[in-house]
Amino acid sequence: MAGKVALIVTALTFMALFLLLPLIIVFTQALSAGFEAYFSSIADPNVQSAIWMTLIIAAITVPANLIFGICASWCIGRFAFPGRNLLITLIDLPFSISPVIAGLLEVLLFGLNGLLGAWLSNHNIQIIFALPGMVLATIFVTFPFVAREVIPLVQEQGNEEEEAAVTLGASFWQIFWRVSLPKIRWGLLYGVLLCNARAMGEFGAVSVVSGKVFGETDTLSLAVESLYGSYEIQAAFAVASLLALLALVTLVAKAAVEFLLRDELSAVKRKRTA
Amino acid sequence: MSTEITIANVTRSFNGHTVLDDVNLTVHEGELLALLGPSGSGKTTLLRLIAGLDQPDSGSIAIGGVEATQAHPAARGVGFVFQHYALFRHMNVFENIAFPLRIRKTPKSEVSVKVAELLKLIQLETLAGRYPAQLSGGQRQRVALARALASAPRVLLLDEPFGALDAVVRRDLRRWLRQLHEEMHITTIFVTHDQEEAFDLADRIVIMNGGKICQQGSPIDIYQHPADVFVHEFLGESNHLTGYAAGGIVFADAGFPIAETATAADGPVEIYVRPHHVLLRPRSNGNGGWVISRIAATGAQARISVSNGNTTLEASMTVDALLASGLTDHAPVDVLFTGGTVFSSEIRQPLKLQALKPRLAV
Repeated sequence: MAGKVALIVTALTFMALFLLLPLIIVFTQALSAGFEAYFSSIADPNVQSAIWMTLIIAAITVPANLIFGICASWCIGRFAFPGRNLLITLIDLPFSISPVIAGLLEVLLFGLNGLLGAWLSNHNIQIIFALPGMVLATIFVTFPFVAREVIPLVQEQGNEEEEAAVTLGASFWQIFWRVSLPKIRWGLLYGVLLCNARAMGEFGAVSVVSGKVFGETDTLSLAVESLYGSYEIQAAFAVASLLALLALVTLVAKAAVEFLLRDELSAVKRKRTA
Repeated sequence: MSTEITIANVTRSFNGHTVLDDVNLTVHEGELLALLGPSGSGKTTLLRLIAGLDQPDSGSIAIGGVEATQAHPAARGVGFVFQHYALFRHMNVFENIAFPLRIRKTPKSEVSVKVAELLKLIQLETLAGRYPAQLSGGQRQRVALARALASAPRVLLLDEPFGALDAVVRRDLRRWLRQLHEEMHITTIFVTHDQEEAFDLADRIVIMNGGKICQQGSPIDIYQHPADVFVHEFLGESNHLTGYAAGGIVFADAGFPIAETATAADGPVEIYVRPHHVLLRPRSNGNGGWVISRIAATGAQARISVSNGNTTLEASMTVDALLASGLTDHAPVDVLFTGGTVFSSEIRQPLKLQALKPRLAV
């Protein structure tokens, strides 16, 4: 009993110290000069542009990785083909490489002196220090999130349900939309939420390729750093609070979906333990 | 439309391992057929080929006289019930059964009428809103069957339909399926490794082993006249004796004569006698030295082991008969065989026995 209490207290203390406390500090610092100052620092055109950049990057990255995750889990989970294990290993690569290196790789590839730099500048295509580069860097970093969630699910579930659907007369796309996709929707949802959070919060890789042109190629996390670097502490925390809010919204969205579909979800969980 | 299924010279191998070896089989219209065999005998593979979930390497399959070897499963008009049910886990019972109707764009009102009908048929009207994970194994099995029936199949294929259920549920479902078949007369093939299940349910049994069909026929026919040693052993316990045939009489190696045979050439034989064909009597004129070594009553039946020092035989009789006979442990007995099958050791085929007379195993 005493051990149980000790464990709970330890866990809660840890949570408070490393999660709750920073969250509180972010918001108190952001509001330290009052609501007016808070909103005016957010209304700053440079910050507004950073918000847009962040949203655009996430709006491209998340669907891209969603589609990739579905395709990868489909072929890895269902078929044995040469290079299957290599593909599984490669999907994990972004986890094991520092994001800064990912950014540097991109500069080496697409930068002015890079491998494809001359060709790109001849065709007037700018990737580095512009949105395309930042999107590519974010896709690279968030690449594994959806696929990693869904592949084990597909492997565990097998394809008997798809076979049943075939014998019941369903076409390929009917099976995909009505059977395969709903089967993995929980994994997909978690993957998308994680992917989205990471896409909006990514710093290292994006900071290398963005060139940090304040008001042009800035995302929220980059803006926090540059504001903090120029001693605009309150403004930095105001922007940081937006990111923190985003995290909270993500959590609430996840909880809400789980609540709305609790019957089905509990059925799935029970089946897993059975 | 006829739903006769003709399987001709079908061969299928996986990674160089032959799973079906030149199989020929005709399934008659409206028949309830069992594919019976040990695991790895190829019975499930054959079922999947009929369903179109897999294609044979060679040979052909025709359904209702129409060549269907390469046809898409959806075009074959077969309903398939999987061993582990394969219900759609994200759909409730109603939606599972409605699935084949919905993908055919059936009008909503018609869907609810049809599903209600099927729910009534499987006696699960009250559970329409449950998800598969909230159902028992027997209930899931019935939902899977209703879903297969919803696509109005011409042929129903069941893969180990009762394999994952406990004994009581299994017996009930078996009766229910038999009844259903008598009402609907859909040509039905089911795969099982349980000989009791096959004998209880099927009109006709096809016994498979090592990718080949060993024997097919009515349950009684197969049980009475097993085509080879494998079938005989697979269909249940028996006493196995080695012996020889000489001068029209079969002898066990232990020295006692077993039966008279008209056609047997002289030579070594394998003798199989089922326990219920071993008749025990209190010893009167025999000198085989048989003594009861163990009696075990299992419900209505008693199993009795008798031994003569070298050979042990298993006999069975009803407990009532045992009590009436007055036989007890260690009692000296005479042993008679009232039936049995004798196979030539060389060709492993049964010898034609002339009306097997009860013979004292003396």
